[in-house]
Amino acid sequence: MANEYVVRTKDLVKEYTMGDQTLKALNGVSLDIFRGEYISIMGPSGSGKSTLFNAVGGLDKPSSGSVFINDVDMAQLDAQELAYLRCHTIGYIFQTFNLIPVMTALENVTLPTVFAGMSTDEGVERGIELLELVGLGGRLHHKPSELSGGQQQRVAIARSLANNPSIILADEPTGNLDLNTGKEIIDLLKSLNKDQGVTIISATHDLKMLDVSDRIVWIRDGQIAKVEERKDLDIRIGEMEGQEALH
Amino acid sequence: MSEPVSASGTVIRRQIKLPFTKAVEISLKSIRIRFWRSMITAAGILLGIAFFASVRMSAVFSHAQQTRVDEKRATLARGGKLSAEDVILINSAAANAKEEAAAGTRLQWLSIMALLVCTVGITNSMLMSVTERFKEIGTMKCLGALDGFIVKLFFIESCFLGFIASVLGFVVGWLVISLIRLAMDGVEVFGPYFWMQSLRLCGQSAVIGTVLTFLATIFPAYRAAKMPPVAALRAEV
Repeated sequence: MANEYVVRTKDLVKEYTMGDQTLKALNGVSLDIFRGEYISIMGPSGSGKSTLFNAVGGLDKPSSGSVFINDVDMAQLDAQELAYLRCHTIGYIFQTFNLIPVMTALENVTLPTVFAGMSTDEGVERGIELLELVGLGGRLHHKPSELSGGQQQRVAIARSLANNPSIILADEPTGNLDLNTGKEIIDLLKSLNKDQGVTIISATHDLKMLDVSDRIVWIRDGQIAKVEERKDLDIRIGEMEGQEALH
Repeated sequence: MSEPVSASGTVIRRQIKLPFTKAVEISLKSIRIRFWRSMITAAGILLGIAFFASVRMSAVFSHAQQTRVDEKRATLARGGKLSAEDVILINSAAANAKEEAAAGTRLQWLSIMALLVCTVGITNSMLMSVTERFKEIGTMKCLGALDGFIVKLFFIESCFLGFIASVLGFVVGWLVISLIRLAMDGVEVFGPYFWMQSLRLCGQSAVIGTVLTFLATIFPAYRAAKMPPVAALRAEV
């Protein structure tokens, strides 16, 4: 099935060597992610959550096992093709927003379209459209330093969508935001997921995220502890606080 | 090994690009936002080139002076008459000639050393700028930038700074020496030879300054380009 899975990982292993010790950050993770899914990867610090996230995003090479994005084996790609993949297929959202400080909101959103070879006019049009979509139509020419955290993250979300990616990878997108702003960002991500059909994979600690996720992947000691569907989760939503104690 | 094929069945082609005009735009903005840091980098080149230019200008003036003395001597040899001032000129020139030649060589060496030191300074300053911007560079790579884009951005930025600073450095060195000579020897030394040499030296300074900044940026730009995209994810340091 070519189109059913947008990301598949097979027996992912990532080893780090520290002195004479070998540490397995990931120990045989196989995960299939459907097109259009909203997936949260949860787990305590040091669980291998970030390692899995980085491997899926093509930011880090696994020691063994493979990652397929749209049925393309990432290990087979050279530097140019990886860059192409990052530009067109994956959109990144970061905990610290990571806007380019020298550029305005619009220029930040337009940058990936420049890399993709879009003309300036087209890129600007697309940029304005996306910034309006995330509710920042009135702040096109503000520098990141003139925007609040929530607004910066909105710009980052608009930027991640610039080249119509099939996947958005969000690394702790609400980690640097207060409760309400975090909630707004999560709602925005969910609405994008619903309306644009973009697959969202997010690594997070934020329990607010559970509410909108289609599936939650709990990682523990480099392995998938369990995968929960939202329908199973609804029943237990009252025990949400207990989840933390579990890990 | 088969060509990687995307879901829609089309072969993934290498189509990532960064047009030169866009790269220039980004580089100039980078300079502007880090204006004072950029100015410090530029000051290094400026001072080095100013010193270089002043040494070379002194040589130009010595040469001009020597030509004048030779002319007077020739007049004397032809049996012409010289004023008292001219006699002083000839005598002092004879006394100074040896000394000046020795000092001149030493200064040439010093100016070369100064340029080398300022090259190392630029490398250092650019390396710091790379460290400062690791997150920005990582982010660009996450957005699909190739190593080459990063290299391009760094080179444009430093060469632009290098060129401007070199020209300014030349003007400073040139102005200082010319004013001193003007006060000492009067306007007579400012002949066509002087202007020709000044122009030549201006071009020389610009080329040397720019080339040195370019060389100084090779290593920092390489470091920046090799930065992994995952650097963007690292928390604040």
